[in-house]
Amino acid sequence: MTRLRTWAFEIGLGARMSVAGGRAGWTRLALIATGVGIGVAVLLAVATLPTALAASNARTEARTENIAASTDLPRGDDTMLIGIATMMFRGDSVHGRMLQAEGSRPPVPPGVTTLPGPGEMLVSPALADLMADEPLLAQRWGARVVGTIADEGLSGPADLAFYLGTDTLTEETGHRIAGFGYAGVEDEGGVSPVMLLLSAVGMVVLLMPVMVFMASAVRFGGEARDRRLAALRLVGADAAMTRRIAAGETLAGALLGLVVGAVLAVGAGLLVNRYASGAMSFYLTDMRPVPALVALIAVGVPAVAVLVTLSAMRQVVVQPLGVVRLSGTTRRRLWWRLILPVLGVALLWPLKDGLGGSSGVELQAAAGVALLLIGLALLLPWWVEATVHRLGGGSVAWELAIRRLQLDSGTAVRAVSGIAVSVAGVIALQGLVSGVESTIGGEGGSDARPFQHEILPRADLPDQTWITALEKTPGVREVQTVRSVYGTQDGTSVRIRIGDCAVLAAFAETAGCADGDVYAVDVPAGPATYELSDDTTWTPPTANHEVAATPSYEIYGPALLITPGALRGMKVPSAETNFALNLDTADPDAVEHLRNTVATLDPQTLVSEPGNATVAATMRTIRQSLLVGTVVLLLLIGASLVVNVAEQLRERRKVLAVLVAFGTRRRTLTGSVLAQAAVPVLIGMTLAVGFGSALAAALMAMVEAPVTVDWFGIGTTSGVAALVVLGTTAATLPTLMRLTRPGNLRSE
Amino acid sequence: MSVSFALLGLLENGPRHGYDLKRTYDDTFGRDRELHYGQVYSTMARLLKNGLVEVEAEPGVGPDRKRYAITDAGVTDVAEWIGRAEKPEPYLQSTLYTKVVLALMTGRDATDVLDAQRTEHLRLMRELTRRKSGGDIADELICDHALFHLEADLRWLELTAARLDRLASRIRS
Amino acid sequence: MTEQPLLTAEDLRLSFGETKALDGASLHVWAGEVVALMGSSGSGKSTLLHCLAGILTPESGRVGYAGRDLSAMSDTERSALRRGEFGFVFQFGQLVPELTCRENVALPLRLTGTGRREAHRTATEWLERLEVADVADKRPGQASGGQGQRVAVARALVGRPRVVFADEPTGALDSLNGELVMKLFIAAAKETGAAVVLVTHEARVAAYSDREAIVRDGVVREQEYVR
Repeated sequence: MTRLRTWAFEIGLGARMSVAGGRAGWTRLALIATGVGIGVAVLLAVATLPTALAASNARTEARTENIAASTDLPRGDDTMLIGIATMMFRGDSVHGRMLQAEGSRPPVPPGVTTLPGPGEMLVSPALADLMADEPLLAQRWGARVVGTIADEGLSGPADLAFYLGTDTLTEETGHRIAGFGYAGVEDEGGVSPVMLLLSAVGMVVLLMPVMVFMASAVRFGGEARDRRLAALRLVGADAAMTRRIAAGETLAGALLGLVVGAVLAVGAGLLVNRYASGAMSFYLTDMRPVPALVALIAVGVPAVAVLVTLSAMRQVVVQPLGVVRLSGTTRRRLWWRLILPVLGVALLWPLKDGLGGSSGVELQAAAGVALLLIGLALLLPWWVEATVHRLGGGSVAWELAIRRLQLDSGTAVRAVSGIAVSVAGVIALQGLVSGVESTIGGEGGSDARPFQHEILPRADLPDQTWITALEKTPGVREVQTVRSVYGTQDGTSVRIRIGDCAVLAAFAETAGCADGDVYAVDVPAGPATYELSDDTTWTPPTANHEVAATPSYEIYGPALLITPGALRGMKVPSAETNFALNLDTADPDAVEHLRNTVATLDPQTLVSEPGNATVAATMRTIRQSLLVGTVVLLLLIGASLVVNVAEQLRERRKVLAVLVAFGTRRRTLTGSVLAQAAVPVLIGMTLAVGFGSALAAALMAMVEAPVTVDWFGIGTTSGVAALVVLGTTAATLPTLMRLTRPGNLRSE
Repeated sequence: MSVSFALLGLLENGPRHGYDLKRTYDDTFGRDRELHYGQVYSTMARLLKNGLVEVEAEPGVGPDRKRYAITDAGVTDVAEWIGRAEKPEPYLQSTLYTKVVLALMTGRDATDVLDAQRTEHLRLMRELTRRKSGGDIADELICDHALFHLEADLRWLELTAARLDRLASRIRS
Repeated sequence: MTEQPLLTAEDLRLSFGETKALDGASLHVWAGEVVALMGSSGSGKSTLLHCLAGILTPESGRVGYAGRDLSAMSDTERSALRRGEFGFVFQFGQLVPELTCRENVALPLRLTGTGRREAHRTATEWLERLEVADVADKRPGQASGGQGQRVAVARALVGRPRVVFADEPTGALDSLNGELVMKLFIAAAKETGAAVVLVTHEARVAAYSDREAIVRDGVVREQEYVR
């Protein structure tokens, strides 16, 4: 009991020392609290994501209709016909439904009290704002806005959605529903294993540097603390007591960090609520972190902080008359640092031929990635030490820096391990993203062929109505009619398109096309008979060319392309009529004008764009978030580097002042500080690029993409990292200048 | 007093002539003050009278042919002297103190008195330091002994200089 | 006396907050002489040394070196002067802990552009001269206090400066080691013809000087220079 009391006293003493250390003490505490706080905020954000996504998904499901069941549903007083009018505006998807009540008690979607009548519409607040800003969008549906959709009917504050009242739907063109709310299918297609892998790896890549950063944050000002502890040893504290006092000091910082983190997380939540767009937009009430995770953070962060402090103190012996540093006397060993990377490779190796279908492989992959990244952090100190010891003399600045690193590379490595781990992770992620992109075909807009845009009407309007309206639309150069039939041969579903050579060129590599040609894409040429959807069969003209699809159409699979001349009066089974458009792609508004025309005629019409627009958009979002994440991470690391270098400078002020006293140029000192920061970063970067590229290759193999080296990603990431180092040095220059003012000598 | 014991002690290693005795003394102890012949002979005469030395006559003529040897009583005396602690002597301070007090009482600048004394002390210390640097281990030990004493004096001087105000107010009150 | 002093301080004044560190201090140092600046703690002797060396700039007064006005020089010019013409020995902690003793001694030479090999050769000679050749390849932390100070002396003299500023060079040593350091230091300085400005409160250290100057309350009481 008394023992417990003395322990409590010692830990309390440490906590008191951390706040009573004068200005330096406060600075140190503030640094630790900020560092830990940033880490805690990120952790809290991650802990909030599941509930926020769940809340958002729940609302999305509540407004989803079970369309598949519509054919069996008899018309009744409580049914309604709906039309799917979801459409893009610029890069954003606008969720839209046409509503047509069939009785007196129609179902009402969530967030709506009164259904809009024909010619009226309800919009989400975000869409209302957008329509106010964009005249082009405001005129799209030609309906009067009579109200807004309430929060419970939207996925988040940035959700773009509308309900359009109508009376033009029929059983053929609409879907009959008896109510809203359907959890059977996801709104935007299922979550693929690839996406799961992406998010799992992303999580690991995001959290690893945060961990590393927090670990280095609690070591801020460690040397000053060691000296303070030495003074305590002088008055009779034993080694165990000093450890407990140190733990108490760290604990104070970590607890304050928890508070800072909570405040930061709330602030971030407010910002997200206000400014975030797309899938990451949440209401404040959505952002409730998972209680178990919160508890884990609240207990885990201080515990880890104390553990880090204690493990750091294992390397120093605090003696009454000073601090004896044990590092440097023991050479770092390699073998145990190799265990984790080898384990990581062992986990990733079986996945090199693709993910396969079995569940849990994403977990295995994420674990492999995590092990490799932690392994990188462990390998780095050995690597830096081994490299630095092989470096020799050069200029004075270089010699000062190298000798310093040879004596103690630990501090420098701690700062760099974060940067290395994040760079490796980001390179891996970028590789994975570009791999995924390469499997889904080229990005939208990269293909300059004409007739890339296709209109797939749903309502039964005369072709001439469409052609007239489309030809009058600004930005449309030419309209061509394409007829499509879906047929099946030997279980392969083939899309048969009939159109002019000019149009067919949009679908496949039909160079030298003449009227009368028939092209087979991904199916053998030669005579074939197809089963049609109405259980009849049809034998189209025989294909005389085998060609490849254009990049935009690769994902649509096998196709048969027939020029009208080849039909020679042959009867064509009932076919959909689509319109291919030669659009002025230089004008970004052209496609919006097109959508306006389409929305006026038939809001349910699908506008097909070149490439896989949705997936490409998702990838773009991922790339953008990756970029933002990278920048934030590097800034975080830059901040810790600044603190680290500034602290090192402060500890060496006596030596610096003496160097200045006998006339060392500022240039030499600056150069040495730069080299001291840059050399470990360079070494870390080579290791990170190596690990990152290897990881990227492994991940690309997993998603069955061709393995390539993403030089652009590597270049930008390491470039930004190099900039961070330069910026760090620049940021510490004022400290250097202040510390090397010759007058400082007298403070000794 | 100490000269007679020193000479007596030198005889313990064997009988010596008066001239030889002076040379040895000067080499060993007499860096600052060499002995006069007369001083040696008068000291020897006194020791002879007290029965602490005896004379071994040698064939030949003249006083220089006298060889002195130590008696048993002499050896006992030397042993007794070496074993006896020296009385600590506050030798310099008393004079300087008198000067400082007098200066203060008569309205002179006491700092000048101290500075003059310090300069003189340092001059001597410089000379000793120079001699030490050029000499052997014996020179070094002897010079260091003097240097440490002079340094102690100087410390007292510095302390006095710092306390002159207090001393002045005490004297004038 | 026709010869001009090498280094002069005229009526220097400098305060740190309320404390007047220098209150009209003047000093003259001739080429090749050893001047001891003596005084109690806080008398302003270290401040005077820092002003003479161009490390601190006095609020008023003039510091002259070889006919040039130090107070009018830019920081860069004063740095160059310290690099080329001055040497420094402090009480302790002046050696760069990461560099070996040899590299520490070679540092001033390398700062003035001497090649690495040449600088190391000269440094070795100086280490031998100060009888610390055995610690040449050790770090300062592995040498004793006395050895460290002798390495520092070697570093101060290696560039053949015209003035060496020494601030309590034996302050952290016992008297035996202190004597050794002073003996080797002054002998080497005399040999190279460097003037030494020696700040000390120990008379035995000051005894290595040619003359002394007493600093009291920011004022210097200078002993006359005699050739």
